Amino acid sequence: MKKRSATDVLPAEGGLGNEPLLTVDNLHVEFHTRAGIVRAVNGVSYSLSAGETLAVLGESGSGKSVTAQAIMGILDMPPAVIPKGEIRFHGTNLLTLSEEGRTQVRGERIAMIFQDALSALNPVFTVGWQISEMFRVHRGMSKRDGMKKAVELMDKVRIPAARQRVNDYPHQFSGGMRQRIMIAMSIALDPEVLIADEPTTALDVTVQAQIMELLAELQRESNMGLILITHDLGVVADVADKISVMYAGRIVENAPVHDIYKAPAHPYSKGLLDSIPRVDHKGQELYAIKGLPPNLLDMPTGCAFHPRCPYRQDNCVTDVPPLYEISGVRSSACHYWREVLDGSRG
Amino acid sequence: MGRYVIRRLLQAIPVLLGSTFLIFCTVYALPGDPVMILGGERRIDPVLAAQLREQYGLNDPLIVQYWNYISGVFVGDFGETFQGVQVADLFAGKFQVTIQLAVTALIIEALVGLGLGLYAALRRGRWQDHAVLALTLLLVSVPTLVSGFVLQLVLGVKLKTELGIDFFPISGTEAGWRSFLVPGFVLAGTSIAYLVRLTRTSLMETLRADYIRTAVAKGMPRSRVLGRHALRNSLIPLVTYLGADLGTLMGGAVITEAIFNLNGIGQQLFQSVARRENAVVVGVVTVLVLVYLLANLIVDLLYAVLDPRIRYE
Repeated sequence: MKKRSATDVLPAEGGLGNEPLLTVDNLHVEFHTRAGIVRAVNGVSYSLSAGETLAVLGESGSGKSVTAQAIMGILDMPPAVIPKGEIRFHGTNLLTLSEEGRTQVRGERIAMIFQDALSALNPVFTVGWQISEMFRVHRGMSKRDGMKKAVELMDKVRIPAARQRVNDYPHQFSGGMRQRIMIAMSIALDPEVLIADEPTTALDVTVQAQIMELLAELQRESNMGLILITHDLGVVADVADKISVMYAGRIVENAPVHDIYKAPAHPYSKGLLDSIPRVDHKGQELYAIKGLPPNLLDMPTGCAFHPRCPYRQDNCVTDVPPLYEISGVRSSACHYWREVLDGSRG
Repeated sequence: MGRYVIRRLLQAIPVLLGSTFLIFCTVYALPGDPVMILGGERRIDPVLAAQLREQYGLNDPLIVQYWNYISGVFVGDFGETFQGVQVADLFAGKFQVTIQLAVTALIIEALVGLGLGLYAALRRGRWQDHAVLALTLLLVSVPTLVSGFVLQLVLGVKLKTELGIDFFPISGTEAGWRSFLVPGFVLAGTSIAYLVRLTRTSLMETLRADYIRTAVAKGMPRSRVLGRHALRNSLIPLVTYLGADLGTLMGGAVITEAIFNLNGIGQQLFQSVARRENAVVVGVVTVLVLVYLLANLIVDLLYAVLDPRIRYE
C-alpha cells in the first residue's frame, strides 16, 4: 500500500475522540469577481458523524454546493476566497492542510459525487479505467488488479453484466447507470465521508428512487457519513437523519428530519414544504414562495429572507437573526420562530 | 473502418480531377505563350514555333489537352517538360527536400506550439500568459521574407563568426537534418502562432469541464489531472489543425526554399509557372492535393482513436 502523508496529520480511521467525523465551523466563502464580491457562504456550520446522513437543502445559489466544494477543496481559488471558518476532519482543519495532504484526503477519505454524471465522467476513458484509476493512483495497484476491483465495484452498485461493460465508455451507458458508475468510483476506497451533490436531479423519478436506495444501502454497509445536497425535499425524507436548510449562504434551520416535516421552524423551510405538490390538494393552485432569491452581490439588510417573508416584522429589516436554539438538536435563524412553529402546528 | 477508408479514398478521385482541372485552366489562362518564353530573349522562328506547338499539343482545345495529360497521370506518366525531362524524374529529389522541410516544420510547430500553448493556459492571466500571446502576435506579423533573412543572418552567419558555433548552415542541404532547422522554423512561424492560441483556448476550455473537477475530487495529483485527464481531450481540435497544416506547409514553402536555397518543389513550381509548363505545375498540385487528402484522412482516423464517441461505419 502506498504511504499516505495525510496520516501524519490526520488520525487513523476510528480514532474519533469526542469530535464528530466532520465539522464545518463558521465557514465563509467569497468570490471576487469584476462585478464585486459575491458572498456565497456566510458563516455556515454543520457537523456529521459516522453513519449519519445530513441533508443540506436549499435553492440554487444558496451556497450548499459551494460549502461542499470547500470541504473537498475543489473550489477554484481565486476567484474563490475563504476569509473565515474551519473545516475539521477528525479534528484537523483541512483548510490549513498542505495541498499534498488534501490530495490524500480527497477521494481516499472524503469522496464526492456530482449532479450530471455524463459531464462528470471523462468521455475519452473507459469507465473501468476511471474506476480503477483510484486503485492505481492511491493504492499503487497494477492495471489488471485495478480492473478486477472495478468489476467488483460495478457489481456492487448493481450494473448488469459488469464484466462485459467495464471496457465501455460513459456515453454508452444510460443516465442511471452512469450515476451508479460515479457512485462506484466514489466509494472505491471506502471513504469515511461521501458528499452527494444533487445526485438524482438529472434522472427520471423511478431511477431517482433506485439511486437513493443504493446510496442508503452502501452507507449502512460501511457506516459512512453522508452529506446529501439537494433542493428536493421529497428525496430526503426517507434517507436523511437531519436536515440543514440554507438560504443566501446561511443556515436558516437545523432539525431532525421528522421534526421539520411535522413542523418547520423557519418561514423559508415552511415555504419549501408548502410548495411540494400534494395529491390531497389536487385542483388547487400550487403554492410558491413569493419573490426571487436575493442577489448575492447586493444582499438585503437584516434577515436575507425578509423581502419574501409572510412573518416579517420591522426588526427583520435591520437585525440579522442568530441561530436561535429551539432544543438540543433544533435551531432556527428566525426572530419569530415560535410563531412559525405554532403556525405550522396549527 | 475499412469501408470508411475505401469510401474516403474513392471520394478523393473527383476532388483530384476537379482540382487538377482548375489548375490546368488557370495556367492555360495565364498571358504569355510557352513556346515564346522557351526562346527567352531570342525570337523563335515561326515555323519552329508552330512545329513545337504541334508537338506538345498546344493547338488542341483545352479539354483535349487536359485529357491527354490526366490519362497519362493515371498510368503513372506525369509527362515531360519542354526540355524533354520526365516530370516524374524532376520531382523525385525535389519532393524529398520539400517533405523533409515540411515535416521538420511540422515537428517544430507541434513542439513549440503545443508547449507554449499549454504553458500559457496554465499561467492564464499572469505575465507569462501575456508574454506568450504577445510573441504569437510577433510571429504572425513578421513576414517570412523578413524572419527568414534575419534568422539566416543571426543563426547561420553571426553565430559562426561571432561565437564560433557552426551548427546552422547558411543554406543548402549538405548538413543533413540540421539544414532544415532554421528554414523549418521560419516556414512554421505563422502556424506556430495559431497553434499556440488554439492550444491555449482548448486547454482552458477543457480545464473548466466537469470531469476535470471530478478528477481533482478523486484525489488525483495535479500533474495527472493535466497530463492524462485534460490533455487527451484538448488534443482533439489540435490534431485537426496540425494535419491540415502539413499540406499548407508543403505548398507554402516557395519563399522559404528560395531564401535558404533548398532545391524543393516550391522553387520548381515558381520556375514552372513562369515558363507556363502545365505538366509540371499540375503535377506538383496533384501531389500536393494527394498529400492534403491523405493528411485529412489520417486526422479523421486519429479522431476515432482520441475520442471514443466517434465511430466510423
